[in-house]
Amino acid sequence: MHAFKYHRPSSVNDAAALVKGEAKLLAGGQTLVQTMKLRLASPSDIIDLGTIKDLAGIKSDGKTLSIGAMTRHADVAHSAEVKKAIPALAALAAMIGDRQVRAMGTIGGSVANNDPAADYPAALLALNATITTNKGKHEADKFFKGMFTTALAADEIITGVSFQVPRRAAYTKFKNPASRFAIVGVFVADFGGSVRVAVTGAGAGVFRQADMEKALAAKFAPESVANIKVKQDGLNSDMHASAEYRAHLVTVMAKRAVEAALK
Amino acid sequence: MGAPLIGARVERKEDYRFLTGAGQYTDDVELPRQSYAAFVRSPHAHAVIKKISMVKAKASAGVLAIYTGEDFAAAKLGGLPCGWLITDVNGQPMKEPPHPCLAQGKVRYVGDQVAIVVAETQAQARDAAELVEVDYEVLPAVVDGSKATAKDAPQLHEGAPDNTCYVWAIGDKAATDAAFAKAAHVTRLDLINNRLIPNAIEPRVANGSYSRADDSYTLYVASQNPHVERLLMTAFVMGLPEHKVRVVSQDVGGGFGSKIYLYAEDVAVTWASKQVNRPVKWTSDRSEAFLTDAHGRDHHTIAELAMDKDGHFLGMRVKTTANVGAYLSTFASCVPTILYATLLAGQYKTPVIHCEVTAVFTNTTPVDAYRGAGRPEATYVVERLVETAAREMKIDPADIRRRNFITAFPYQTPVALMYDIGDYNATMDAAQKLGDVAGYPARKKASEAKGKLRGLGYAAYIEACGIAPSAVAGALGARAGLFEAGEVRVHPTGSVTVFTGSHSHGQGHETTFAQVVADRLGMPIENVDIVHGDTSKVLFGMGTYGSRSIAVGGTAIVKALDKVIAKGKKIAAHLMEAAESDVVFENGAYTVAGTDKKKMFGEVAFAAYVPHNYPHDKLEPGLNENAFYDPANFTFPAGTYVCEVEVDPETGVVKIEKFTAVDDFGNIINPMIVEGQVHGGLTQGIGQALTEGCQYDASGQLLTGSFMDYCLPRASDVPFYQVDTRVTACTHNPLGVKGCGEAGAIGAPAALMNAITDALGVKDMPMPATPQTVWRTLKNKKAA
Repeated sequence: MHAFKYHRPSSVNDAAALVKGEAKLLAGGQTLVQTMKLRLASPSDIIDLGTIKDLAGIKSDGKTLSIGAMTRHADVAHSAEVKKAIPALAALAAMIGDRQVRAMGTIGGSVANNDPAADYPAALLALNATITTNKGKHEADKFFKGMFTTALAADEIITGVSFQVPRRAAYTKFKNPASRFAIVGVFVADFGGSVRVAVTGAGAGVFRQADMEKALAAKFAPESVANIKVKQDGLNSDMHASAEYRAHLVTVMAKRAVEAALK
Repeated sequence: MGAPLIGARVERKEDYRFLTGAGQYTDDVELPRQSYAAFVRSPHAHAVIKKISMVKAKASAGVLAIYTGEDFAAAKLGGLPCGWLITDVNGQPMKEPPHPCLAQGKVRYVGDQVAIVVAETQAQARDAAELVEVDYEVLPAVVDGSKATAKDAPQLHEGAPDNTCYVWAIGDKAATDAAFAKAAHVTRLDLINNRLIPNAIEPRVANGSYSRADDSYTLYVASQNPHVERLLMTAFVMGLPEHKVRVVSQDVGGGFGSKIYLYAEDVAVTWASKQVNRPVKWTSDRSEAFLTDAHGRDHHTIAELAMDKDGHFLGMRVKTTANVGAYLSTFASCVPTILYATLLAGQYKTPVIHCEVTAVFTNTTPVDAYRGAGRPEATYVVERLVETAAREMKIDPADIRRRNFITAFPYQTPVALMYDIGDYNATMDAAQKLGDVAGYPARKKASEAKGKLRGLGYAAYIEACGIAPSAVAGALGARAGLFEAGEVRVHPTGSVTVFTGSHSHGQGHETTFAQVVADRLGMPIENVDIVHGDTSKVLFGMGTYGSRSIAVGGTAIVKALDKVIAKGKKIAAHLMEAAESDVVFENGAYTVAGTDKKKMFGEVAFAAYVPHNYPHDKLEPGLNENAFYDPANFTFPAGTYVCEVEVDPETGVVKIEKFTAVDDFGNIINPMIVEGQVHGGLTQGIGQALTEGCQYDASGQLLTGSFMDYCLPRASDVPFYQVDTRVTACTHNPLGVKGCGEAGAIGAPAALMNAITDALGVKDMPMPATPQTVWRTLKNKKAA
């Protein structure tokens, strides 16, 4: 790791003022710190958001569930509020990385990083979430722009994420055996009348599966998606999973997510 | 004294230290005026070094020195030696191209060392290493062993045409061919034994220190065999006398073979410490470990088994290409030959066997012994063949094994080894019972009802451990003896320090060996300390690998104990005014038969060191004995493993439902430690079959260079093992022990792959059986 200046601002405004040049925001650091240790990133300044009060916390009003950007994965996984409002989201948080990652990693960090195999983006897209920042709001549908790219401006800091509470939902994840990132993760959310299906891990970024959404809106049952063949075009291919295998797994994981949501 | 210590589940003496962070690992050694090293490594698999520019690097903060291959050549440092000479089929010695510590004009794998940078801090050394500018002319690379001998393949070494190190063979070819000619059935398999990356939890570390006061060196290094490390480094590389070099390997966090070898970094920091006149420490990071720790396995084999109409084995024919990587590592040459082909008889009385091995150089990390070393590869060949043969002949796979088991001992195999003892039906019976093979059909039905596939597979493995009778090893090409040394130092008040040439890097020798000593001397285990891993303390040693410690190192200690007890008997006879022949040693006391005369061992020890009343005319004072033990034969642990898997056909995920292991390790000193060794070995074997596979791209870049892509098995990947033992005591060592460290890794891959291929209904599929590979295998089967 190369040397850097370390900042601990006490407010989002102070943090935003520090963002310039080669500075990087630290929101848990479960990707950034590893990258720095491998000397693949050498930021001049690290702005640690961990000491800013009010950035962490969970609130629910029955219709929406709001989670502060610096809320750790473990806190989401264990939250009674989350388990009550959207149990699938608590289950998703419990599946991220390992115990150490969940103790440090945050929802805001994960969403801002937009790793194509991360879990949270699937939840945001499927649960029609709103991302709140120091500069305004983004709809999830317009926020994720492909691999490690988002609609965030350079000095824009996520402050929280609000999820619409669905009638029922589930997330199923086929893990990379080594990294335990999603090779394919499918989040299915039934809002009663409309269904949203978001897929992570399979492509260059999280995406919605329109054929499955349509079929599930007509009938929310595993057999509605079991025979939907997903196109391989544009899907990732690597040593762990070819595009063909990923396409197959999207269908299998979607079917299992629907089964789980119905349980 | 209470219950006997041999056979007791004594808790490990060393665990308090390890579990409370008091272990002394090599990286914990910080010397006065410590400096730090980083290595400049090749980013290319094959390239000519045109120019190295160090201007920027030398100006970087904290840099003390930078050395390249030119400096090493000027200092007349030799290359890294190979410890085993293989003679090829034409009677010629194997090709041993130079293995320079720092590259001499050419690099041959990604990670090959180009320069060493020494600086005030580790960060400064790494910063400066990044500033060393190397101008490479990139050459085409060859990665796949089976393509290395192709006519148009890039050539790695001038002295090794066709990238061939040797073509070696064992067995009677004509007789084997004749057996195949009269066979009723021949089973044939084309097998890949996948390349593995060892990944000990502690990466390699070396801290070299030169003393001007007496012109001597001390090397602290994470090694499995400090004396061998010293011998190779002094005699073959640096041209130093051994008494001027001390090698210390105190606590070592796992080795699995990868820390047996003399590595370039060890030499480089030792040499550099004199140049900069400061201690120089290098600590490998995990990325370097992936690239530069010697890898394991990497065989491509075509194997055939000939049978009569009843499934009796008539002959075996095996042709293997072994990829040894870019250079010959310390014991690379003997792994795919002596430690492999000699095990192809397995547990069976196959009358004739012929095996030919071609060892090839490729632009990959050197390959050497990794837990099991040759024997997992042999077991994989034999047990995949046998299981496949049973399926093809429609004979129960256990029955076909029983029909062919060796049942009379000693047994001379057609591939050089002489098995002293074993009872293969006993381990098979026990494994079938413990694994409830009788209940398998019902479990299979239950799985099928859930839409899952279920399979069962056996592996009846054998291994040659207790390496090795030096005369035999020497005749086979070993350039070292393979005895072991031990010293028993009895202190005046009767406590004991034992020095062993074996080395513990997780095996629990401090407990197991202490149990042997305390049991023999009839004293509490707390009175015995085991010391290892320091050439200045231990008289000599060949180290720990090949499951040799208890059988060879333990026996050396027993031999020294015998001498201590015998000398004590003379002293006791004098003290009790009895004839020596009337004195008996038992339960820690010398007694005179038929009398109530008694001297405790401690009293005798005291008399030896305070010799007021002492037979000075017959005996020297003191009670300190050492012994060197050269084994009469290898030991032959064997066992049967039964694995049961459930496969999800939709995703290809394999779940191991049951894994049963019944081993015969001879007599057992500490069953708890043995079970731990079996669990660890099984997990690594399961790793090979299910999750681990080193992959390079065609240009020689390592694709599995971190835990993001290289999958070591986790606890959740393995089942609760059912393990048990059966005992036939080894006939040629006093403890009757055989060794247990590698068995699990040797037997598990074949058992697991036999189970998976059974579940899938296919003849073969490659390791590791990742979900994608299983899914594709099923898909291809459906399409066929």
